[in-house]
Parts: sequence; structure tokens; C-alpha cells
Amino acid sequence: MAERKFAWPARKDTTLIGREIPRIDAVEKCTGKAKYTADINTPGTLFCRLFTSDQLAHGKIKKIDTSAAEKIPGVRAVHLFKDVDDEVRWDGELIVAVAADRDDIAKDGVKAVIVEIEQLDQFVDEADLAAGEKAGRKQELGKKNDGDVDAAIKAAKAVHKGKYGIVTISHMCLEPHGAHCQWDGDKLDVHLSTQNVSGTGSQFAEALEIDAANVTVTANYEGGGFGSKFQADEWGVACAELSKKTGKPVRLMLDRATELKVGGTRPSAFAEITIAGDADGKITAWDSVHWGTAGVGGGGVDVTKLPYVFKFENQRAAQIGLACNVGPNRAWRAPPHPQLCALTMMPIDDLAAKLGMDSYDLFLKNLPQVSNGKEAVYADQMKIAAQAIDWKAKWHPHGKAPEKGPVKRGLGMAIHTWGGGPGACKCTVKVHPDGSVETFLGSQDIGTGTRTILAITLAETFGLPLSAVKVNLGSSKYPQSAASGGSITVGGVSGANRRAAQTALWQIFDKVAEKYKVAADGLVAKGEKILSGDKEVCTWKQAASLLGPMPLEVQGQGPAKDGLTSDTVGGVQMVDLSVDTETGVIRIHKFVCVQDCGLILDEMTAKSQVYGGMIMGVAYALTEERLMDNKTGRYINANLKDYALSRIGDIGELVAIMYQPDSEYERGVVGLGEPPVIAPGAAISNAVHNATGVRVPTIPLTPKRVLDALKGAKA
Amino acid sequence: MLEREDSPTASPPREGPAAVSAGAAASGDTSRSGFNRRDFLRGSGAAIAATAAATAAEDAVAEDKPATVVPAKAVEIKLNINGADHALKVEPRVTLLDALRNDLSLTGAKHVCDTTNCGACTVIVDGKPVFACARLAVECQGKKVTTVEGLTAGQNVDQVVAAFVKHDASQCGFCTPGFVVAVKAFLEANPKANLEQILKGLGGNLCRCGTYVGVQAAALECAGHGKEG
Ligand code: FES
Ligand code: FES
Repeated sequence: MAERKFAWPARKDTTLIGREIPRIDAVEKCTGKAKYTADINTPGTLFCRLFTSDQLAHGKIKKIDTSAAEKIPGVRAVHLFKDVDDEVRWDGELIVAVAADRDDIAKDGVKAVIVEIEQLDQFVDEADLAAGEKAGRKQELGKKNDGDVDAAIKAAKAVHKGKYGIVTISHMCLEPHGAHCQWDGDKLDVHLSTQNVSGTGSQFAEALEIDAANVTVTANYEGGGFGSKFQADEWGVACAELSKKTGKPVRLMLDRATELKVGGTRPSAFAEITIAGDADGKITAWDSVHWGTAGVGGGGVDVTKLPYVFKFENQRAAQIGLACNVGPNRAWRAPPHPQLCALTMMPIDDLAAKLGMDSYDLFLKNLPQVSNGKEAVYADQMKIAAQAIDWKAKWHPHGKAPEKGPVKRGLGMAIHTWGGGPGACKCTVKVHPDGSVETFLGSQDIGTGTRTILAITLAETFGLPLSAVKVNLGSSKYPQSAASGGSITVGGVSGANRRAAQTALWQIFDKVAEKYKVAADGLVAKGEKILSGDKEVCTWKQAASLLGPMPLEVQGQGPAKDGLTSDTVGGVQMVDLSVDTETGVIRIHKFVCVQDCGLILDEMTAKSQVYGGMIMGVAYALTEERLMDNKTGRYINANLKDYALSRIGDIGELVAIMYQPDSEYERGVVGLGEPPVIAPGAAISNAVHNATGVRVPTIPLTPKRVLDALKGAKA
Repeated sequence: MLEREDSPTASPPREGPAAVSAGAAASGDTSRSGFNRRDFLRGSGAAIAATAAATAAEDAVAEDKPATVVPAKAVEIKLNINGADHALKVEPRVTLLDALRNDLSLTGAKHVCDTTNCGACTVIVDGKPVFACARLAVECQGKKVTTVEGLTAGQNVDQVVAAFVKHDASQCGFCTPGFVVAVKAFLEANPKANLEQILKGLGGNLCRCGTYVGVQAAALECAGHGKEG
């Protein structure tokens, strides 16, 4: 018998893989049937509200008195996150939770809580290195140094020195962090808004000092996580404790302001950067110092990855952290690549201006210096993107927009990279004797289409329609799967399921071969039939019935080095926009992304990932930022009115081009969630630079920042 | 922006969540203690501010009893939702959104911003789109309320739902029910809307995952403009 190998079908033989297939849970989502954690409403559920250190950034708790709150009719229990003498370290730190019969009563309870806090020195001005140093908040972190930077700068034809920045933003998941907990004796059922179904049960168990086997975590749907929902979190544990205390189910979701303050942020990065190049535009030296904050621990953007995508012969970089009284950071989609990309691609574009070069040509010139081996892919993608946006026809030198009026048009680009290798996954695939198929795995679908690509994987393997396949995920009782973060899910789960499904199919082929006296080797499952060459041997149902009374169960796992998956992508983004130099308002005309991601299982959901990344990118490039009041340490725009996300009319025309030569299909599945969100900040900033001839140093490019930069350039 | 009955400006200011802050040593209502948090926050040095806070806290605690909160009594009301009458008992301050979600388990409309900024809670009241987070349940007696759940009859889903599915206008899906209802209401008022009108009309709904391209395609299709508009 020929060797049986795990592999995807040849591209020409696929029926479902790579097609545009609507997600299989779309109807549930669009009709309101999909139940998120915030929707779990078992009879008697209590509601929680939180007393936080709202508007106070740093202090010491002197008194907590919940007695009045507890006397309010309908208030069932309180939970203390802090004790007297504990420190509060940022605006929004949790102090008390109140559980009550109704949400409004819980709010009454919070109003009746008395907490006294002695205020301590606070510092939140993450952009101001000197102030941070003065306040004793500065940490010297990593450094690196390759080649001879000073000599290279001296010898360079062009040297550009600039200041750059990208501010802190919050995750702003529309479904806030939270849980619904219910006990049955010593068993705990948790519905958790999580990206980590398999990994959070033990966190609950440890915090509650119960057996992990007694905890079930469920997340059938999750309303956005973006890297911020991997943990049980103190509020999740509080929810379980309040449920235990009251003997009732309890739901605790963060309110919007608290969600913004403590639900996760992306660290800031500000930098002084010198970049140098020769007359042809080859970059010969890089020298940077950057600082920023990831919270009270300082930290920030990892210096080892700067400069980003490129590795120059002479490069030096240093990182400084500022310990700030701000809510803790969490992984924010593609951490910390958006910041790295902004800090790297803006100076590169500035160097192009200095040399009087077309930015496209300068990027192209430097592709031999990329460090991820994707030189040829980038070159290809740049060509495709440039064609889509009509770069060569539209390009004008920086600041030389032909428009006579105040509105100037410009082009910008940036390139990015991401790993996206497969995460760990175990699954159980069942083929029932009636021919129906299902899979079980403790993974989750966080909006990325996990259910759909699994249905495609199984249906393609067994030659069935999507409707014959059922995907069971979202429970910690299923075989364990990695958390969904870092674009590792689609590769991880599709690989494991393909392995299990092929193994099951081979067993069924053996039974068919024996029964129908054909060679197992040549059998194919297609169109609900088993074929030998072009000849039908039997129907799928007949084949499945050979299993006897019990379903066939096969465990799959991964990752494995069998070619089903791989890693590392490139990607190019180009933007065409206008800047109103009188108002500072930016309008995006066209925004193109060319993205590789190996074999695409579902082109439709893949494109949606790309659009989604681009749109999140427009938001953080133009409007989105956490605003801290430096004087008081308050998070001053912790609401959806002042924390400005992009709306449907703000994004311009988006073009997502999936880069899909056969070489991509051949390298198997690679994750896609992170890459498209990385480059928008840099690409948009570069386009504004091209339009106006002025670098707006800090992202987001709000009208005020644009006007300030224009004014500064004139002065 | 799609005009809802309760536009951000028209709606009365309602209490935000966790309205009591810890700012002024969290003594509760600062007006009663005579301590003005603004002044306190304006204090120049942190050391001074800390003293001020401690003093104010002592004053506040010495003078104040904790707030006595007496919410208005729950009342029996009847709501007509998706064509059926529902009897429920809620305090007058309970929003339509909370009544739908927490009393009737109609959880399609989502609780996201609570401040009429996101549209996730959009429902239709007497034919007009409404932010259910800014409308009291008691106000809706005698009116016809349609939620996203009302756009499905058996196996059949509304044309807008079908278009959302076809154009992949949902990712995590949390904003989606509100968006579906907003599109439905918008197109009922503007059945032949063009792209520009659609972009303007749907500006009241937010999506964090970035499904706007799909939403736009779905709305255009329902307005009879096919794929390219
Ligand atoms: S929750 Fe009502 S508009 Fe956001
Ligand atoms: S689909 Fe996630 S917020 Fe819109």
C-alpha cells in the first residue's frame, strides 16, 4: 500500500477550501440567538456593579465600609477586592463589587459604599521622558548594537533625525470582560467572555481552592477580545465567590468605563530616531531610543524587535520604561508590532523625503535587508498594491501636492510581518454510522471564523456538504486547545482536525475496500460518495454504515511538521488620502492591503479578518487614544463618546487582496488575525507626510496634531 | 446619523454606571460634604493634594451619614414585543434594554455603552429606531416594540439578516443585532438609499471588529444596488 500522508488536497481538487463561504454561525449572530456571556440569564441571576478607584490614580486605602450598601433591600452580597492599607495604583482599580437582584439596585449599593483613600504621588505622563526621570519613574531597559553606527552615520549621504510616537490605546471590546457563575454543590459552571476556554478553568480552581475537575468554562460566543481575554481575572473570581456566598447565579460584567481602564491597553512608544542612507536610498544606519509605558511596572515595547522587519548592518537601539499609574497592558492584536511598525516605517519614509526619492523606490531598494526571508514576497506584494492604488500615476514628491487649495492629497505605504504558526490543539472527530460527522475541541470562535474553517476542513476531507458536519467548541470539557491569540488558532485547529479526519477516512476506506473488493489505495471521498478513480464504489452513507453500531472516534493533535501548517507572513499596505490643511481633518480615499497567509480555508472570513484589521488600524491611526490627565492621573475619556472609534463612513474604500500564488497554497495554513492591523498607523502617517511635506510625529493623527505639526513646520 | 427617537442630545442625562467615585476620598456625594473635587484635583503638589484629601475625607465622614437610597417601587407593566404582550414588574427607572435583556431574556439587543453612542441596543418602537439603553421600560407601554428576535419567523429570516450573512457582516457578532435592526429601520425609511446616505445613516452604530465593509455591502444590496452600488 502506498504511504498514507497527512496533506491538504491538491488545490485543483478542492470543493470548499479557498471558496468564499459565509460563516456557519452567522445566522445565530445576526438574529440575536447567539448567547454571549453577557446574555446568560439563568433564573435568579444576580447582577453586579463595581466600586473602583474612579478618578484616583494612586493612593492608600484608609477605610472601606459596605454596611450601608448591604442593608439596601435587594443587595445580596458584597465582595472586597482590597483591604484597608492596600494600595490603589491606577484610576479604575477594583475595590468592591456589589451583587443585587437587579442591576439598578447593585448601582444603589455601589453608591452607598464608603471608601477613604489617602492620595499618593501619581505619574501618568508617559510621553515625557524628562518628567518621568524627575519623578523617579524611569527604567533603563534593553539595548542593542550591531556594526558601527556612528561611522555609518558619518559616511552617509543623507541623515534624518526625528521624533516619533504612538500613544496608548485600550482594547475596547464591545462585550466587556466578565463572567456568569453558577454552583451546583461543589461544581462550578462559568460562562466566561474569553479567548482561552481550555486554560481558564484551572485559574478559577486555583483562586477558589477547589479541584480543577469541578470547574467548567463555557464560551460559545465572545464579543471581542483582541488579546485582552486570556485570564479568569479578579472580577471573574469575584463573580464565582459572590455566587457561592449567595447561593445564586451571578453575572458580573465590567461597566464601560472600567472596561476601558482595566480591561487591557496597548503600550505607548515614543522615540528619537536617526536614520541614514546612501545616495541610492540604501539604509546604512539606524539609531533609536524609545520610551513608553505598559503600566505601573514600566516596561513597554520590546527593543529587540526594533528596527522592525529590517535588519540594517549598523543599528543601535535602546529602550526606556516609565512606571506610570495606569491600568495594566494586555496583548493587543499583534503585540507590539503596530508600535514597532510605526516607529520604523515613519523614519524610513522621512529618509525617502530627505533623498528626494519616491517612497516606493526606497522601500524596494531596501527589501534585501528584510530579516524574515520574505524579500521576494514583499516585492511581489508591493507591485500588486501599487497597481491597485495606482501609485506610480498618483505619486508626487513629499509636500509637492499639485492641489492649489488647502486640501492636499498624498500616498503612503508600510510593510509588516507576523509569525502565525499553529497553536497546540487536541480534538476528537466522530464519524457516526449514519454518516454525520462532528468534532469536539476546547477552542473558541472569537469572531475569527473558527467554527467555519473547521466545518470546511472536515467537509472537504470527507467529501460532504457543510451541513453534514457539526463543530462543538467553546467548552473546557472538550479536548484542550490553545488560547486564541497571536494568529495561532486557524493553523492549530485545522491541522489537528485534518489529521484526525484523514485518519478516520483511511479506516473507512479499509472497510470499503474489504467489503467492495477494491483497492483502498485509490479511494477518494467526494460528493457524498466513495470513488475509485471515476467510478462510484458506494455512497458515503453506505461506507459509514460499515462502522457497525458505534461511531468511529479519532483523536487529532498538533502542531506537527507535516506540511499542513507553517508560519511567517509579510504584507504591504498603501493608502491614498487627503488632508485639509485648514482643519487638520484627514479623509481616506483608498486603502489597500495585500496579504499572504499560506493556504486559505475560507476566502470570505479571511478577507473579513483583513478588513477588520485595516479598520481597527484606521481608528488607532486617526482618532483612538487613551487620554490621561497628567495632573490628576485620571483616564478622562473612558466612554464610547470621547474614546473615538471609526464609524462606517470614516474608513474610505478598502481593498483586501489575498496574495495567493500556488506557492502560498503549498505551504499550508498560516494565521491571519494579527498581520493586517500592524501597518495602518505607519502607512496613514506616511501618506499625510507625502500630502503635506510635514511629519505629524505622533499617532493618532488627530486634527489638532495635524494642525500643530503644520504650524510647527511653518515656524 | 440614523435618527433614533432618543438621540444623544434629546435624551435626558441618565446615571452612568458606578456613578460614585473614589476621587475625593470616596466619601460619596461631595456636594453634601462641602468638598469640591474640582478644587481638590486642581491642587498643585501631590503632597498637598493628599493632605487635602485626607482632611476632606475626615470632614465628610464626620458630617455625613451614608446615602439612604429609596428607589421608586416596582410597578406592573405590559409591553408589546414582537407582536406578543408580556407582563412584567419593574421599577420605573429600569430601561427598556434592561427589561428586554434581564426580565424577558431577549438578549439580542446588547448593553455596550449605555450612553447612546454605539447603537448595539437598537430596537424599533412604533416603527422608529430607538436606543433601548436610553428609554425607560415604563414609557414603552402601549407601543409596539420590535427587537432583532422579531426579524425571524420560523426558518425564515428577514432580508436584512440574509444580506448580513451573505456579506459576512459579523465577526464577533456583538454589535451585529443592533446593526441589523438599524439597517432594517434605516432602509424602511430610505428604501432606495445610495452609498452616501447609507454611510451617513448608519453612523450611529459602532463595530470594534471592523465589519463595516460587509454591513455596507449588505445595506446596498437591500437598497437594490447589488454588489457595487
Ligand atoms: S448601549 Fe445603547 S447606544 Fe450603546
Ligand atoms: S462584529 Fe465584533 S464588534 Fe462588530
